[in-house]
Amino acid sequence: MKTSKKIINDPLKCADELLDGLVESYDGQARKVGERSIVMNHLPEGKVALLVGGGSGHEPIYHGLVGKNLADGAACGDIFAAPPPNITLEATQAVHRGKGVLYLYGNYAGDVLNFNMAAELAAEEGIEVRTVLIWDDVASAPPTEKHKRRGIAGLVPIVKLAGAASTLVRSLDDLERLATKARDNTRSVGVSTLAGSIPATGEPTFELAPGMIGLGMGIHGEKGVATIPFCTADELAPKLLDLILGDDLPFEPGCSVVLLVNSLGSTTMMELLIVQRALKPLLRAKGIQVHETLVGPYVTCQEMAGLSISLTKLDAELINLWDMPCSSVCFTKM
Amino acid sequence: MFLSVLHENVGCASRLRRAPREYFMTKNYLSREEVRQMFLFMADRIIAAEPILSEADRHLGDGDHGLGMARGFRAVKAKLESGGSEDISKVFGVVGMATLSTMGGASGALFGTLFRAGGKALEGRATFDSAALADFLDAALVGIMARGGAKPGDKTMIDALHPAALKAREVANSPLSEAALAVAAAAESGKEATKSMRAAIGRAKALGDASLGFQDAGAVSVTLMLEALRDYILGQAERPT
Repeated sequence: MKTSKKIINDPLKCADELLDGLVESYDGQARKVGERSIVMNHLPEGKVALLVGGGSGHEPIYHGLVGKNLADGAACGDIFAAPPPNITLEATQAVHRGKGVLYLYGNYAGDVLNFNMAAELAAEEGIEVRTVLIWDDVASAPPTEKHKRRGIAGLVPIVKLAGAASTLVRSLDDLERLATKARDNTRSVGVSTLAGSIPATGEPTFELAPGMIGLGMGIHGEKGVATIPFCTADELAPKLLDLILGDDLPFEPGCSVVLLVNSLGSTTMMELLIVQRALKPLLRAKGIQVHETLVGPYVTCQEMAGLSISLTKLDAELINLWDMPCSSVCFTKM
Repeated sequence: MFLSVLHENVGCASRLRRAPREYFMTKNYLSREEVRQMFLFMADRIIAAEPILSEADRHLGDGDHGLGMARGFRAVKAKLESGGSEDISKVFGVVGMATLSTMGGASGALFGTLFRAGGKALEGRATFDSAALADFLDAALVGIMARGGAKPGDKTMIDALHPAALKAREVANSPLSEAALAVAAAAESGKEATKSMRAAIGRAKALGDASLGFQDAGAVSVTLMLEALRDYILGQAERPT
């Protein structure tokens, strides 16, 4: 059943055309590189580089996180597909300023395969590459198997923190350490109520029974690990929070966190705010202090309906990084 | 039990049934130019199968496998239509680079590796015969297992490729037309067997038992490719010379 009514041109050129549009919205601060990458202009010599990337179709990430004190560049795949190694290599060459490149991206088989091939090609050219995988989705594997977890909306605070770090650090070692810490301090969980559709086919990415919510749904529309009956925002909020607080990262009373309430596409700001309203007293009751709240569509899957919540625990070092101003199409902080 | 299933399937190829026995000629090898034509034939098959492959992926993945395969093989067509390469290994290399650099996703890296790693095993060969098919599939299997970390039984493309490679080695001394029949049938059986496997790697692994009953889309693609290889070779073999 074709359900999509997308305002596009050639369905097979969406990834290229959206990138052209994105580059235009940087008004000269960033440029398109190679086949399908975006890279900041005027990166200083000697800067440790931060490269993000992944499949397109999840706008505004990843390429919308390219910016000042954020990612230096992004390698963009086709819709829902990891960027092939040649695209990532072109982006790697463009961001490299002599101090190595950190790859920071979501833990998906396709991304890992392709970024690893790109890292091998970069190494042949004498560019040192390290990798930190984002695996914040607590619903995708048990805490003992974090390397099997998917990366979802928690990538926004993680890339924000790593981007700030990349402008301060002097070595790839330091950037790798801080990005790893940001990753290890972040937990997310998502729900879906309706599938998004693939632009080229108009077909939904999955089926969900009417009246049900997919718990732990991935941002690529992978089926959730549990299906629960539809419920209210007030009923859903504690279910989601319990999944995060019940994981292995302790959120002690008095700790500071960044809270992200993310729309997967068509879930409205109204709904996000109603869920937000339910979350805040629950966090207060646990003594968890919200340092900053982000609410909106950051990591989407076309017109998929659903949302995710993410918590990033900030220690003194991470608070300094968080409080640095940054600017990009996706995320600006004064 | 498993092998007897394979042998039964060998007799089922529709092209053979349709071809009157007296017109059937064996085909012992493909020339460099025939390998190029075979890949153009395969590309058309894969592009036409886009909806089938995406549908296969929708049960276990995100439903875009056909798009990636079609994108890759449109690039293969564009590269190969502009002319041939000097040797067979390079034709496979061109197919590998075209798929690797345009498909993206896990399948781009893996199908790119299939043709690149497999093609390297054909260096120095002037023709593509049954022994070359066996060498190609062996090297492709080793390359893909090293790249992706999956093993037989994980419900991946390997579950079609592995039985195909074993069969190819077994029939490496047969005429190419017979070997291609047996190898495509082995891939088909392997693909069917993925229905009763639980996904152990990739996006589908999160589904656990819910992955039972569906065949792996990568295994479907591998089977389609080997069936295209078979049908091209049989088409050549049936042509009275």
